[in-house]
Amino acid sequence: MTGSPYITQPRRETPRIMLLVLLALLPGIVAHWWLFGPGIWVSLLLCSLFAIGFESLALLMRNLPIGFYLRDNTALVTAWLLALSMPTLAPWWLYLVGVFFAIIVAKHLYGGMGQNLFNPAMVGFAVLILSFPVQMTQWPAPAALAAHVPSLTESFDLVFAGQGSLSIDAYTSATPLDSLKTQLRAGTAFDDIIGQAIFGHVGGTGGELVALMFLAGGLLLLALRLITWHIPVAFLGAMALTAGLIQLIEPGPQAGILFHWAAGGAMLGAFFIATDPVSAASTPRGKLIYAAGAGFLTVIIRVYGNLPDGVAFAILLMNIAAPLIDRYTQPRVFGHAGRKGKGSR
Amino acid sequence: MISSETRDIIVNGLWKQNPGIVQLLGLCPLLAISNNVVNALSLGLATTLVMAISSGAVSGLRHWIPHAIRIPVFVLIIAALVTVVQLLMNAYVHPLYLVLGVFIPLITTNCIVLARVEAFASKRSTWHSTLDAIMMGLGLTLVLVALGAGREAFGKGTLLAGLDLVFGPQAAGWTIHLAPDYQGFLLAILPPGAFIGLGLLIALRNWLDLRAKAATGAIQARHQVA
Repeated sequence: MTGSPYITQPRRETPRIMLLVLLALLPGIVAHWWLFGPGIWVSLLLCSLFAIGFESLALLMRNLPIGFYLRDNTALVTAWLLALSMPTLAPWWLYLVGVFFAIIVAKHLYGGMGQNLFNPAMVGFAVLILSFPVQMTQWPAPAALAAHVPSLTESFDLVFAGQGSLSIDAYTSATPLDSLKTQLRAGTAFDDIIGQAIFGHVGGTGGELVALMFLAGGLLLLALRLITWHIPVAFLGAMALTAGLIQLIEPGPQAGILFHWAAGGAMLGAFFIATDPVSAASTPRGKLIYAAGAGFLTVIIRVYGNLPDGVAFAILLMNIAAPLIDRYTQPRVFGHAGRKGKGSR
Repeated sequence: MISSETRDIIVNGLWKQNPGIVQLLGLCPLLAISNNVVNALSLGLATTLVMAISSGAVSGLRHWIPHAIRIPVFVLIIAALVTVVQLLMNAYVHPLYLVLGVFIPLITTNCIVLARVEAFASKRSTWHSTLDAIMMGLGLTLVLVALGAGREAFGKGTLLAGLDLVFGPQAAGWTIHLAPDYQGFLLAILPPGAFIGLGLLIALRNWLDLRAKAATGAIQARHQVA
């Protein structure tokens, strides 16, 4: 017998939520494995191990119970999100540096779980893309187009021992976002670029299917009510609106809405990264403003910026604004007068 | 013998009131120029020189400066000295002058210079004012060099790169390479590296202070028990 109230509460503790987030990432990971080769498992494994190591170290230095905090799985989610935003088959120390900045600097220096101002995975990514632009843009080529797809053991060799006799061009290629930007700047006609094999049907060979699987995982999160609809809808809606406007304003053809949705980290960002409950805005109206801003900035950075993808910096910029957005979008408390009714008594 | 007042001035400048990591004054040049040791040391010493002479001059003239217009007079004195330093650096270490660029004339607007003149030199004797300015300047230089060394070591894997700007081409080989074929870590050289580095230095200083306080607290407690 238990006491009242007799309400069966859905188990919503952090460890379980984070485990479900990890599960929701799996479809995208499996698609990546199938379409880009098994290298993704190496980067996921490395990032997970580094994250657990750094998390334990930070907890030890802060005199906190290690087992209790490690079991909440937040470090693993950070590690996986970082691994999925980084090129696979990069040298091992790249993952080490990225995870260090994500876990130690962005998370624990700001006060640990629930206290971080910025999304830790995106901080790790930002540090890496600013510091190691060469390594961070050597993406694995889609298996359908690559001259050689490294096997699992070859992937371990590439990550730990360097490329050896294998030519880097055999297994890497520029991403669709990257080649579109550089070739448009070089003056190649838009239709010629888009017709190249790497662009696939909408957002790039391989990449578009991975994006679709992340969308499926995101819908799973929505169905389980782990996230609300506000952030993904506003994020993708703002991306579509901005991409459409750019097509209208800019002379000459520009990448369409579907391309922007399917390329790069748009789906991962919309459902898994922008929805981070700690660094995102938390009021319903606030979420809409926050995510719309991030989606708008993503497309603006992609089209006019120097970086190939803008998801990470767009989300980090809106992370800064999130507390302010929350402050100005507080909903009316039931039973209390709204702003209009102030002072009417 | 060093009087207690003199010792206080030295300790304040170098540690207790350190302009770089306690007062957090003059952060703009501190963050901008600390990307390697040579730049950091040069700007630190130039600032110290300006501070020493301007504090001494203001202290000597303090009875003749009308209170109501003291700030413009201070700035005029400081600006004149900065111009002298700028011309000297342009003449004798021209390559370094080109690297430090706008930050040499900007010493005029460095708030730590004016802060020491206004808060200390306009009220105290010439000897104490000059000593205070030198110690504050050296405190700032220490922070600059620590930050510069950290950023250079992490960012490029070298120390003392760019000595040839000061000592001529034969000094180009004096650079210390910490690790062979180091990849370089651009973030440490970029502005975020300056902010993160300064934050870590402040944290280190606070931690040392806390430890020192805890240690003295423990000693006092033991004395009380005894």
